[in-house]
Amino acid sequence: MLEHRPKTLSEKIWDRHLVKVGQNSEPDLLYIDLHLIHEVTSPQAFEGLRISGRTIRRPDLTLATEDHNVPTTDIDKPIKDEISRKQVETLRRNVEDFGITSFPMGHPNQGIVHVIGPELGLTQPGMTIVCGDSHTSTHGAFGAIAFGIGTSEVEHVLATQTLPQSRTGTMSVKVTGELPPDATAKDVVLTIIGTIGTGGGIGKIIEYRGPVIAGLSMEGRMTVCNMSIEAGAKAGLIAPDEVTFSYLRDKPHAPKGADWDEAIADWKTLCTDQGASFDDEVTIDGSKIGPMVTWGTNPGQVVALDDVVPDPDSFKESPYRESASRALEYMGITAGTAMRDITVDTVFIGSCTNSRIEDLRSAAAVVDGRRVAKGVRTLVVPGSGQVRAQAEAEGLPEIFRAAGFDWREPGCSMCLAMNPDKLSPGERSASTSNRNFEGRQGSLGRTHLVSPPVAAATAIAGTFAAPADLA
Amino acid sequence: MKAVRIVQGRAVPLDRSDVDTDQIIPSDWLKRVERTGFDEGLFATWRDDPDFILNNKNYRGAKILVAGTNFGTGSSREHAVWAIQQYGFEAVVSPRFADIFRNNCTKNGLVAVQVSPDCGSDLMAAVQAAPDLQVTIDVTQLTVKVPAIKFATTYKMDVATQRRLLEGLGDIELTLQHANDIVTYEQNRRHWLPRSVSFPE
Repeated sequence: MLEHRPKTLSEKIWDRHLVKVGQNSEPDLLYIDLHLIHEVTSPQAFEGLRISGRTIRRPDLTLATEDHNVPTTDIDKPIKDEISRKQVETLRRNVEDFGITSFPMGHPNQGIVHVIGPELGLTQPGMTIVCGDSHTSTHGAFGAIAFGIGTSEVEHVLATQTLPQSRTGTMSVKVTGELPPDATAKDVVLTIIGTIGTGGGIGKIIEYRGPVIAGLSMEGRMTVCNMSIEAGAKAGLIAPDEVTFSYLRDKPHAPKGADWDEAIADWKTLCTDQGASFDDEVTIDGSKIGPMVTWGTNPGQVVALDDVVPDPDSFKESPYRESASRALEYMGITAGTAMRDITVDTVFIGSCTNSRIEDLRSAAAVVDGRRVAKGVRTLVVPGSGQVRAQAEAEGLPEIFRAAGFDWREPGCSMCLAMNPDKLSPGERSASTSNRNFEGRQGSLGRTHLVSPPVAAATAIAGTFAAPADLA
Repeated sequence: MKAVRIVQGRAVPLDRSDVDTDQIIPSDWLKRVERTGFDEGLFATWRDDPDFILNNKNYRGAKILVAGTNFGTGSSREHAVWAIQQYGFEAVVSPRFADIFRNNCTKNGLVAVQVSPDCGSDLMAAVQAAPDLQVTIDVTQLTVKVPAIKFATTYKMDVATQRRLLEGLGDIELTLQHANDIVTYEQNRRHWLPRSVSFPE
């Protein structure tokens, strides 16, 4: 009886990873298909393994890369920041000691952990994927349950290839209608977060559905799933379809030959059944979405580019009003100012949200034949060595450089300012990253989140702008 | 992990919502490879402001942090929990916690006390008015009490988390009791699932 109950996609994937069903209110024990690690959240986990004399259960299901700390210039030289260098060297020793495949700085496969998993074909439908990084939700774009974990959990997965997890709630976010041509996946997800709030997804796995989601490329779907965590969600996912399959077909680690056919047949079963119910359902009209810009210090504080900085008093409920006042003070902007009248100092195109080839193409198309506004610092940081190589093959660096942009080596870079790419105090950025938290891009820096085309247009105009605004 | 049954002491009111983990421990601090030494990094940027609540001498030595809703959003950094504990806090009270932060709390024995928004505001106002109030958080009974002002409320915590806190249990030991189930599971995995080996150059 129970077996035939209609299930949501996330329930199906959850159920196929049950090593043991939790008894007496204990959590379920879930098998983990892929564990991605990087230098920042792993050292204390390896230390824990050494102290307890444990080893790694499945190094062949574990992949390491260097991304958070790495500089985006002079990568042939040792990392200047001593503490960063020590952290990267610690990862190198750990992968060596425990026999884990790793892509160090400068390797053609190196890159942001959430960019390389998909492009290598390691991210596939129906999998469970974890990483000590909250943006692991990115991999949900393939119809996988993918979520960020803490360092204790990293150690747990290294030791057991499993994680105890209490069953999470389910949430459907349906985006209906047709997306206007000037709106991107980034605008879709910023609209979703603006609608459900930064806590709207807490305790739930969001399934993104509807024609707008189905119409997105894999890159766009990754952008949407990437920011699930900014709505507080445990994870976000999208049912795999022909777009997913054709993205995966030629990837190095995709199944081959008869395995491919078997995999496709299996992946086609990965959808929410007719009649399955979600704990929570939200519908958003995609035809009303346009270019978006954040104005505050969390990603839910967002308006349309056409709009003005909101008045804190327009938020009736506490704590939103207090939070808005505080945010405006921090951001140094006043209520009623048109978003298009705000000038920026820096434009950052990169991060696990928007550093894939499609993102770079869309930005390059905007800046082609134009010049960056005087005084604006601009950097393009591709998400991986492969993205960088592809962009080079397409001539994108020349376009960016001719417009006055800096073209850099891959890494997380100014998304979280753990490397030398930082905002100075008071500096304002238009950034294609995922978090506009206080100091996120450098102590006392001011971040506005935007899509790649808006970032590119803003670099040219010097104030927030859409491509259509450029002469 | 140390078992925790009762947290008793004074509380600091951090009257802000959406306190993300970048504020709790700024990213510069994440470069460290050690598990200790994070106390100075706790709210490092905010502490530069002399008026920030942690700089108020009246709250020195408090064991409980009372915060607004959506506490611990953003980055998965467990360093946030280490910093809060190493500074001296043993419990955080908020109307809502971000999932990863809450998980990280459990793994380290920091008690995440989720109260109703009304109770959260009442407690916030009470400790703002009287820094000396003794607050008692009971993990066995799942209660928060401030006898001096006759404040008492219950809070929710799933049984598994409560059990881990009360007994100081580590998850790896518990999981390894199911080692045979893991082996059985692995024998039945789809054979075409990817492995992180043999990459083409």
